[in-house]
Amino acid sequence: MAALEMRQPEEQSKKSTPVEMTAGQAFVECLKAEGVEVIFGYPGGAVLPIYDVLYSADIRHLLVRHEQGGAFAAEGYARATGKPGVVLATSGPGATNLVTPIADAYMDSIPLVCFTGNVATTAIGTDAFQEADITGITLPITKHNFLVRNAQDLPRVIREAFHIATTGRPGPVLVDLPRDVSTTKIKFEYPEQPDLPGYKPTYKGHIRQILEAAKLIAGSKRPVLYVGGGVIASGAHEEVRRLAEKANLPTTMTLMGLGAFPGDHPLSLGMLGMHGTVYANWAVNECDLLIACGARFDDRVTGDLKRFAPHAKVIHIDIDPAEIGKNRPADVPIVGDVKAVLQVLIEKVREKREDAWLAQIDEWKREYPLTYYPQEGVIMPQAVIEAIYEVTNGEAICAADVGQHQMWLAQYYKFRHPRSHISSGGLGAMGFGFPAAIGAAVGRPDRQVWAVTGDGGFQMNAQELATVKTYDIPVKIAIINNSYLGMVRQWQQLFYQGHYSHSDLHDNPDFVKLAEAYDVPALRVTKPEELLPALRKAADHPGPFLLDIHVAEEENVFPMIPSGQSVAEMVGLKGRLES
Amino acid sequence: MKHTLSVTVQNKPGVLSRVAGLFSRRGYNIESIAVGETENPELARMVIVVDGEKCNIESIIKNLHKLIDVLKVQDLTHESMVERELVLIKVKADATTRTEILQIVQIFRANVVDVGEHSLVIELTGDEGKVRAMLNLLQPFGIIELVRTGVIAMARGNRASTTGVRSSRIA
Ligand SMILES: Cc1ncc(C[n+]2csc(CCOP(=O)(O)OP(=O)(O)O)c2C)c(N)n1
Ligand SMILES: [Mg+2]
Repeated sequence: MAALEMRQPEEQSKKSTPVEMTAGQAFVECLKAEGVEVIFGYPGGAVLPIYDVLYSADIRHLLVRHEQGGAFAAEGYARATGKPGVVLATSGPGATNLVTPIADAYMDSIPLVCFTGNVATTAIGTDAFQEADITGITLPITKHNFLVRNAQDLPRVIREAFHIATTGRPGPVLVDLPRDVSTTKIKFEYPEQPDLPGYKPTYKGHIRQILEAAKLIAGSKRPVLYVGGGVIASGAHEEVRRLAEKANLPTTMTLMGLGAFPGDHPLSLGMLGMHGTVYANWAVNECDLLIACGARFDDRVTGDLKRFAPHAKVIHIDIDPAEIGKNRPADVPIVGDVKAVLQVLIEKVREKREDAWLAQIDEWKREYPLTYYPQEGVIMPQAVIEAIYEVTNGEAICAADVGQHQMWLAQYYKFRHPRSHISSGGLGAMGFGFPAAIGAAVGRPDRQVWAVTGDGGFQMNAQELATVKTYDIPVKIAIINNSYLGMVRQWQQLFYQGHYSHSDLHDNPDFVKLAEAYDVPALRVTKPEELLPALRKAADHPGPFLLDIHVAEEENVFPMIPSGQSVAEMVGLKGRLES
Repeated sequence: MKHTLSVTVQNKPGVLSRVAGLFSRRGYNIESIAVGETENPELARMVIVVDGEKCNIESIIKNLHKLIDVLKVQDLTHESMVERELVLIKVKADATTRTEILQIVQIFRANVVDVGEHSLVIELTGDEGKVRAMLNLLQPFGIIELVRTGVIAMARGNRASTTGVRSSRIA
C-alpha cells in the first residue's frame, strides 16, 4: 500500500465522507490526525495486523528493546515536549511490561497513550495464549482505559483517549485492541469532538476565591510560593515568575516543579522537602502564607504533615479538586488551571516588598548554601553535576534515574526552563532515566539531552543502547558510578547500623565495554582532572556517548529530613553529618 | 454518620469495577452497594452507603467525579429521600415459636415466602431502622441465613436525578 493512498482517507474525512478500511489502518490514520510524530513500540502476535500497516505507513515508529524502555521513552518525549507520548505493545507480556511506566505517568500526571494488542474478542476471558486482562490490571493506574470490542468504535475511542490524556490533569490512558478488531473493516471517519459527558475539567478559577487569595498575599509578612509539576503541565512558568516578581515572593519548587521558576533567580529557594535546601525548608517552616500552585503536598515534601508549615495559611491552586484538602486543608482553595488562575491573580495582587523577610532568607542562604566536601584525588558526584551544568551552560535537558544522583541533579543543576528537568517523581522508578532521555532527544532534536543515571538504575534498561545506536539518537549518558545502590546504602548507613545489605555493586560490568558491544562510544573517567575534558568530548560528539564516571563511593545526599519527620530533624545542614 | 450516595453512571461493562476499585484503592469501606438500570437504559444507578466516620465523604465524592464514566454524584444524606432495602431472613421456627414469629411478621408488614419444617423465610422491605428492629426481634429465635439487597434510595419531589444527564452516544 503506497503512502500516498494512505493519506487519502484523512483528506476525505474532512469532507466527512466515511472511507472503508481496516481498523488497523484506521489506527494509523487516527494517530496522524492527532499529530503523532513518533510511536515507541515492540511487535508481537496480537499486534501483527497493526505492524503490517506500519510496514508501509508514513508514520515514524522506533523499535525499542523492551516495552518498559519504550513507554519510559514515550514519557520522556511527553515530559520534554508537552505533547502526548505514544507506545504500542503486544498482548500479555508486552502489555504487562508497560505497567511500571503507566504507574509512573499516573503519579506524575504525564500524558501517555498506550496501545496494547489483545487476543481475539472470541478468546477474551478464556486464558488464551498471551492473554492478560490489561484493562483490569491498569484500572487503578490509568486516568481511563478502553477495551475496544467493536471495531467501528476505534476512531472515537482514540479521539477520546488523546483528549483525556492531554486535558484537565493529564495522565496515562490505555487502549486495548483485540487482534480481530484490528483486521475488521470499518467506515473510517475521525470524530471532530470527543463525546464525554462525564468529563468536564474546570479551567477557570472562581473569581471570589482569587480575590481572597490576593487579599491574603497583601496581608502576608512571610509568604512562600510553592510550585509543583502542575505549573509545567499548564505552561504557567511565565505567570509564576511574574507573580513572584510582582509580589516579591520567595519561590520554592518540588522535584516535579524544577524549571517552572528559574533556579538562578534571586527569589528562588531551590527545591524543598526531604533533600531540599535548608533555606527552602526553613522558609516554609516560618512562613505565614503558603501559596501552592500545581503541587500536591506529597510526603517527600511535607514529611510529618502535622508539623509542616505550622504557621501558614494555605492558598491551594490545582486543576484537580480531589488534590485540594487531601493532605493539608486549604484556607483558600482554587480549582482551576494554574495558568488561567495566575493570569487573573497577577492582575489582582498588589506590588510589594517585604524586606525583612527577604533579608532573613538571604541570611539563611549565605549561612547554609548547598555544599559538599571535596576529597583529594576523587571525583565528587556533586562536582559531576556542576561540571555538566558548566559544559552545557545550564541549557541541557537532563533526565535523571532514581537514587542519590537524582537528588544531586535536582540540587546542583539550576534548571532555568520548564521541561528541562525530567525525573520520576511520584513513583521513583529505577530504569526511568536513560529511556526517558531517549524520548526527550527524539522530541527535542534542537536541545542537548543528558541521561544522568546511577550504576544500578542504568542496568535496568541498558538494553536501550541498541535503540540509540540504531537510530543514532544523540543522548549523552553520564553514569554516576559509586559502585553502590547509593540511596539504599545511605539509608542503611544512617538508619540500619551500616548494614550494607545487598546494596553493593562492586561487581558491576565494565560499562565502557558494554557500550562498545553496542557500538556506542564510551569513556571511563576516574580522576578529577579528566572530568571536564571527558564531558566536553561527550557533548561535542555528534551521536550518543557514554561516560562511566567513578565517583566517591560513600558520599551522602544532604541536607536530609528523615522520612516522616520535620524540619526540626533535618540533618547535614552544612553538607555532612554534624559530629 | 452514614452517607447514602446516588451515583449515575454510563451503563456499560466495567463501570462497577471502576467504582468499586476506587473505594478499595483509596481505602474507603463500602457498607452496601446496589446497582441497576435507570429509566434511561443507557444509564445505570449505583446507590452506595458509606460510613462517614471512617472515611472522608468529600474526598470520595471528588474522586467519584474524576471517573470518566461517572455522570453525576448526589449525596442524598441531607436531602429528603426515600430509602429502602429488601431482606430475606431464614429463621428457626417450630410449633412452639411459629405463632410468635408470625406476629412479628405482621407487625412489620413483612411476608412469609417459604415455610419449612423447622424454619420460615421472611421477606421484609424497609429502611435501615426497620430492618434492624426486626432482626433484633428475630435474633432470639435463631437466624439461619440472611440475604440483603443493599439500600436503594431516591430523592423525594417531582424531579428525576437523571434530569439533564446525558450518556455518550455509543456505550
Ligand atoms: C524499580 C526500583 N527498584 C528499587 C528501587 C529502590 N531504590 C531507590 S534508589 C535505589 C538505588 C539506586 O542505585 P543507583 O542506580 O546506583 O543510584 P545511586 O543511588 O547510587 O545514585 C534503589 C534500589 C527503586 N526506586 N526502583
Ligand atoms: Mg550507584
